Amino acid sequence: MRLVSRGFRGKRVPGQAGRLPPGQYETRDFPVLSAGPTPRTPLAQWDFTLRDLDGRAARWSWSEFQMLPRVTRTADIHCVTKWSKFDTRWEGVSIDTLVGEAETQGIVPAPYVMAVCDGGYTTNVPLADLVDAKAMIAFIYEGSPLDPEHGGPARLLVPHLYFWKSAKWVRELRFMDQDEAGFWESYGYHIYGDPWREQRYTGDP
Amino acid sequence: MTDVAAGASTRVEWRVATVLSVFEETQSVRTLLLDVPGWPGHLAGHHVDVRLTAEDGYQAQRSYSIASPPEETTLALTVERLEDGEVSSYLCGELREGDRFELRGPIGGYFVWDVSDGGPLMLIGGGSGIVPLMAMLRHRAIALPQHASVPTRLLYSSRRWDDVIYRRELERLSASDESLRITHAITREPPAGWRGYSRRIDRAMLAEVAWQPSEQARIFVCGSTPLVEAVATELVALGHSPDSIRTERFGPTGSTS
Repeated sequence: MRLVSRGFRGKRVPGQAGRLPPGQYETRDFPVLSAGPTPRTPLAQWDFTLRDLDGRAARWSWSEFQMLPRVTRTADIHCVTKWSKFDTRWEGVSIDTLVGEAETQGIVPAPYVMAVCDGGYTTNVPLADLVDAKAMIAFIYEGSPLDPEHGGPARLLVPHLYFWKSAKWVRELRFMDQDEAGFWESYGYHIYGDPWREQRYTGDP
Repeated sequence: MTDVAAGASTRVEWRVATVLSVFEETQSVRTLLLDVPGWPGHLAGHHVDVRLTAEDGYQAQRSYSIASPPEETTLALTVERLEDGEVSSYLCGELREGDRFELRGPIGGYFVWDVSDGGPLMLIGGGSGIVPLMAMLRHRAIALPQHASVPTRLLYSSRRWDDVIYRRELERLSASDESLRITHAITREPPAGWRGYSRRIDRAMLAEVAWQPSEQARIFVCGSTPLVEAVATELVALGHSPDSIRTERFGPTGSTS
């Protein structure tokens, strides 16, 4: 269906072709989106867990987490509420590193992952979308510690999916043998969320 | 929660909305009354995606909260014109009665309230953040003949008295309903003789206006990121359970979440 809106011209920005997924626009701000109050977990109480189907867990305290090898990454991010932000710069620990470390402790990976966060937020991502340098647990943004309102102390970063998958305040990755809906996914948002296929809501192609 | 809230498993289809009328709420805010054939229904607090298409096929999308209650057959969107707003400047400018554009929804399902959810209800809004809260107030007024069963308070922050959206309707609603208490905060230019709050919402104001934590109100906060961030943080500091606080933020770019 193509319905022309009488008198609408729009504001086209040159040079964005191929960089903006369908239905998105570029912002220079960094909007904040979350469903409830911002949790504030003291670093002394913060830890990060990888848990397998049998309940075995690998766990890192904040200081142990800081000792892990770090990666940096510059990526475009795309929020389902339509804004995209180009060239955001992140630093953190690659999921490859965490899974590798966990495997040496006897943790057995499974094909799907639920990210579980302070404040009760959850989101589901296939493991294949988290490994091979596709994702990290990020705690530095643009050279500074990540602000709580943007997910600090640490958030998941999976920039090739809509940004609600990059769960703020993440504390645990729980392996699952089948895909299950997380928080927004159970409220009608797409189970996978590829911005380039415009998978915003349940039933989108 | 109804099926609408749970998120239907079928596709959220694009539909054609026809503008029945436009109403200027304030200098920069306009309500669009829309006829949307096939509209599947919504809950108070839901939003829609609007898609505009130019002659050459260029498209732009934005999200807007629904202002009308589920009981009304026409859909009302209240849109604030943002500086450089690609879509809002069209909806609040060029658009007129009889024009058509595409929309799809309802979208959301967490920041929603139905009378069956009960209360007490605490609604806190800033600027155009009032829109989804107004849908809740309208729904409550229509669906609950006995308003007192859901005692409700609204704390509404606006820059100037003339920026207060739905001002007369809010006056009418509270005048006819003792269980609805509306408090305004005017942050920039309070009118002459103003005896209400003339500052941003802060902890002291919330302690005076909001329900006590022990009253276990359902709390909805909608507005700009700084307002929502401050209000939600102060509510938690006052002892309200984080689980009782649902937030919706209108980012500086005009996007809603």
